[in-house]
Amino acid sequence: MTDITKGAIAPPRSFLSQDAVQLFYRLLAAFLICAVLAVLSDSFLSLGNILNVLRQASLTFFIASGLTLVVLTAGLDLSVGANVALSACLAGTVIHKTGSPALGILTGLACGGIVGLINGVMVTALRIPSFIATYGMLWVLNGLTYWYMAGETLHGFPAGFRQIGSGYLFGLPIPVYLLLVFLGIGTFFAQRTVWGQEIYAIGANPVAARLSGIPVARRLLLVYAVSGTMAGLASIIFLSRLNSAEADIGESLTLPAIAAVLIGGTSLFGGVGTVFGTFIGALILTLVLNGMNLLAVSANWQPLVTGVIVILAVWLDMKTRRRAQ
Amino acid sequence: MSDALPIEVTSPTPLLELRGISKEFPGVKALDDVSFAVYPGEVHMLLGENGAGKSSLMKVLCGAYRADAGEFYYNGERVAISSTADAQKLGIAVIFQEFSLVPYLDIAQNIFLGREPKGRIPGTIDRRRILADAKRVLETIGFDIDPATTVDKLGVAQQQMVEIAKAISQNARILVMDEPTAALSDRETELLFALIARLKADGVAIVYISHRMAEVFALGDRITVLRDGRRIDGVRPADVTPDQLVRMMVGRNVDMTYPRHFAHKPGELLLEVKNLSAPTGISDINIEVRRGEIVGLCGLVGSGRSEVARAIFGADPVTSGEIIFDGKSISGEPDLAARRGIALIPESRKSEGLALLRSVSDNLVVSALKKLFPSGLFDQRSAQRTADGLIRQLRIATPSARQTVGLLSGGNQQKVVIGKWLAAGSKLFIFDEPTRGIDIGAKSEIFALIDRLVAEGAAALMISSEQVEICHVCDRAYVMREGRIAGHLARNELTEENIVRLGMHHA
Repeated sequence: MTDITKGAIAPPRSFLSQDAVQLFYRLLAAFLICAVLAVLSDSFLSLGNILNVLRQASLTFFIASGLTLVVLTAGLDLSVGANVALSACLAGTVIHKTGSPALGILTGLACGGIVGLINGVMVTALRIPSFIATYGMLWVLNGLTYWYMAGETLHGFPAGFRQIGSGYLFGLPIPVYLLLVFLGIGTFFAQRTVWGQEIYAIGANPVAARLSGIPVARRLLLVYAVSGTMAGLASIIFLSRLNSAEADIGESLTLPAIAAVLIGGTSLFGGVGTVFGTFIGALILTLVLNGMNLLAVSANWQPLVTGVIVILAVWLDMKTRRRAQ
Repeated sequence: MSDALPIEVTSPTPLLELRGISKEFPGVKALDDVSFAVYPGEVHMLLGENGAGKSSLMKVLCGAYRADAGEFYYNGERVAISSTADAQKLGIAVIFQEFSLVPYLDIAQNIFLGREPKGRIPGTIDRRRILADAKRVLETIGFDIDPATTVDKLGVAQQQMVEIAKAISQNARILVMDEPTAALSDRETELLFALIARLKADGVAIVYISHRMAEVFALGDRITVLRDGRRIDGVRPADVTPDQLVRMMVGRNVDMTYPRHFAHKPGELLLEVKNLSAPTGISDINIEVRRGEIVGLCGLVGSGRSEVARAIFGADPVTSGEIIFDGKSISGEPDLAARRGIALIPESRKSEGLALLRSVSDNLVVSALKKLFPSGLFDQRSAQRTADGLIRQLRIATPSARQTVGLLSGGNQQKVVIGKWLAAGSKLFIFDEPTRGIDIGAKSEIFALIDRLVAEGAAALMISSEQVEICHVCDRAYVMREGRIAGHLARNELTEENIVRLGMHHA
């Protein structure tokens, strides 16, 4: 055989991966926002406020972390918020009826996971586009939850259970520990497992992934089940934090979670993004909202600002990616 | 190598001249100090293997790419081409292989798209004038057709005519054509050549990219050969032989006969397909492949070759019949077939074989993840080591394993697709048109690779539309016709005539 070298090849350059560059910019943005807020507001750097920001960000992150995996496969899960509501209401009922937080937690996680699995079946076996399948699921879950709750509110849970959402350990809120744990698990799963790699491959080109021998349907089922289970987990923390559950608690959760995923640099076209990015996305989103509260900017402006940040983040990503190609 | 401009040109000043054009992409120098000139009324052939820089040069010409360095001269005057608008103003028009026509508009609307003559009422189009204008343009190129015909009713050759008419209507003086005969029949090619002759007589300069030696000599007034982004030489057809041109393109002598380096010893039966039928239009397929042999699967495009490959791999459902691989019956999704040791190198590597935005390394290990990491824990560094090994073994030309695979040339991309199955340790390799869009050098390398795989005990089932390839490479072949196996050819019967005879439709 003779040697062939196509195209004049430049010597290998040591460069950071695209993901690393984009994470760096996001961290920088988060720090800049912190710096600006620290100058503008005296109370921003107080311990109480910082812990508050972290706790808020963790709630968005739990939902958004599972969603990140779905978006990595070029799918979308619009049912996460409605899933949180149903899971919280069922978990709350079980705790009330049995007095056992453990059973309630199991119920919440199971409900979330089963809903996710049904989403997965619709996407894989029935081949319904995920956007539509989970959009339909959103309405179905809302309907179930409203019917089940019939306008009632569940409240008053055991003190031990309430520790999960509002307790502290060594001066840090417990959700922040959970955040770190799931950030670690999520990052490990995506970057350091075969399944994680296969999820990236599916998102990058589902046809090629299937023809490369990846069991695409099984991995998609897993991804939607994980997304649902994370919504179940979020429902427990909500329940414990608010000490109450109503049918409508999920309505304001889905869109911020999608925003965190997008601000975090995960591409809606699949194959690109990280769980850590989503954490930064949740953090940036929370920081901005927190800053607006501290600066007494009317809450009416918050959706507008969120929208602008999402558009800016995605636009910058597309620009840098296009340049990289 | 002569850098001097060719002698005895038709006009003293070139219509368009490029001097020292360079264009670099991350990791690849697409064009390196290329100089190039076209004179009015000549056909200038642009030759080179895939990845030699022809497309880049074409994109620089039409303003789609901005050159990093170099100068442009139009009729001897220095000009800038930094946008497609600049190129259009200079009268440069490009006919790409993929046309840019709107299928649901008629010919006239396509020709004058965005430049429609305005009607009396503001916002309307003067329908009568657009048809008349279109008719006139079509007449100048000798294309007799009703301009009110919608483009989706036209064949490829007619659509190409419309593209040319569109260019002429924009007063194009320099027409760049990218493999214009690739999809044309012999008769259509003749018509195109007649049109080119007419355009030449009108003083239009034509830059013509081709892979077909015959037309290079039939049409070309001058030939420029590119290799690795550099201009290798400019010659006249009368002064060279086809062999010399191939040597210029490849930079070495290429043996066009794909010699075998190993003796194939057919061993035990590896794949047995029994009475296989599928809803994709194949029926009653019986195929056997043994270890240590290359079996061809030929026939016309559309005869069901790819469908057989996909059915064996589990990519399409099967209605009846049996596939026995390595002694065991197999039915299911591609992941099962892949696990058992079947590899599919699909026909369209960009859409079915690769994740173009991912790295070479990611693509090389994707089918071997379970094998490389049986614990389920992935390790990037170990994946990269495996990839580096394959890059060396297959001589994949890439700056590093972390390079985006979409930036590699066609031949190297194909090596990545094959490499991922080497990593997976596959036993049967099903190649669907493995050399489509790949240049001569990479072709013989890929055949040498298949040859070695089979000599080492693997088996290959190879689909190809190039009968020469089947005849040279395969130990025997099945010929398909209309979804069925029309016949089997042993090594000594394997000739182009026999393949064509079996594959032809009998009225």
